[in-house]
Amino acid sequence: MTFFFPTESLRAFPPRLYPGYKSTVKRSPTKPLVIIPHTLSELTGPVYGQEAVQPGDEDLTRQHAGEPIGERIIVHGRVLDEDGRPVPNTLVEIWQANACGRYIHIVDQHPAPLDPNFTGAGRAKTDETGYYKFVTVKPGPYPWGNHHNAWRPSHIHFSLFGHAFISRLVTQMYFPGDPLFPFDPIFNSVTDARARERMISSFDLDATIPEWALAFRFDIVLRGRNQTPMES
Amino acid sequence: MAEITPSQTVGPYFAYGLTPRGKYAWKDTFGADLVTPDASGERIRIEGQVLDGDGVPINDCMIEIWQADAQGRYASPADPRRPNATFQGFGRAGTDAEGRYAFDTIKPGAVPGPDGRMQAPHVLLAVFARGMLRQSYTRIYFADEAANADDAILALVPPERRGTLVAARTASQASPVYTFDIRMQGDAETVFFEV
Ligand SMILES: [Fe+3]
Repeated sequence: MTFFFPTESLRAFPPRLYPGYKSTVKRSPTKPLVIIPHTLSELTGPVYGQEAVQPGDEDLTRQHAGEPIGERIIVHGRVLDEDGRPVPNTLVEIWQANACGRYIHIVDQHPAPLDPNFTGAGRAKTDETGYYKFVTVKPGPYPWGNHHNAWRPSHIHFSLFGHAFISRLVTQMYFPGDPLFPFDPIFNSVTDARARERMISSFDLDATIPEWALAFRFDIVLRGRNQTPMES
Repeated sequence: MAEITPSQTVGPYFAYGLTPRGKYAWKDTFGADLVTPDASGERIRIEGQVLDGDGVPINDCMIEIWQADAQGRYASPADPRRPNATFQGFGRAGTDAEGRYAFDTIKPGAVPGPDGRMQAPHVLLAVFARGMLRQSYTRIYFADEAANADDAILALVPPERRGTLVAARTASQASPVYTFDIRMQGDAETVFFEV
């Protein structure tokens, strides 16, 4: 199956320059982007062998001797393309802060405790139906110094590939009802309210495991439509 | 029809998840060495520095590249001519404290372009960083390729800016090095593509 990638779909994306998020000011292109046709280079993309994901990579609560502190959660969903078709066998990489809102990254100096039982990185591969699943703990919000009293809403970073190098997506998954949404310039850099909502997971009672874990559902839609016109 | 999920910045802390390189307790999925033992073609190094609008090195940047093999074939189901080697053509690197990155790879061959004409050899490159709400795409061309003059994509770039897409070649004992600096802003701002 071959795919095409309408550039109109990119309207859902945030602008490169969004001054409310200060770091964009010196890091976004100022000259016009050059529009080019999609050649074989843009329409192809990497695929991985099964070796990219090993059993257990999707469970962030079992990477150390003990269990991490925090609310254990299941994060799961489907990866789809713009026709609503599943994207099977595609790599999903995640990284996140611990339950206290602290990353293990050496640059993170937020005075909240590190958790010796939590790295905060995981990866999974979608199955034939585009389904993926992680087990982790709910990340805490954290301060980030962008402006006075700036706090990021709780989020999990996601990285995906899809059908081509230009369907590559790095995004963040948020949690429903977060009181920090109105104050976060990264979340609000997506100016369309409906598009913003697509970054918010939903509480999924059916997928919770009694006495063990809550569950959040996060379906992700990547660029790409079927080249073959639909029969009417 | 489904609407796409918006992009968000990779943020400042992606390294332990995406480019751990032995510094964190996590395994690398992808590296910066694309060369496989059975891959034919010229071994090259591509290296450069990523700079912000003040000329300050971006030390928390992730660079990804995607390229064809030496015969101009992509290791992708969307390319009907499949490579006969294990060369995958995809690499990922984080920048260091000076904003530098490097890839060891092979020089790609020419690949088909618009109107049935061949494109000059090139590598696709995507830039991710804190302060970038979405990735920016550019292309690396090679200074020693005469085919650059006839490349349909380069022809769409204003002539005075084309030089930002062409990597200069330096000879070294081991293998040729191509230098490709990425300037996000300024007079010599790198050309980025809307794809
Ligand atoms: Fe974050």
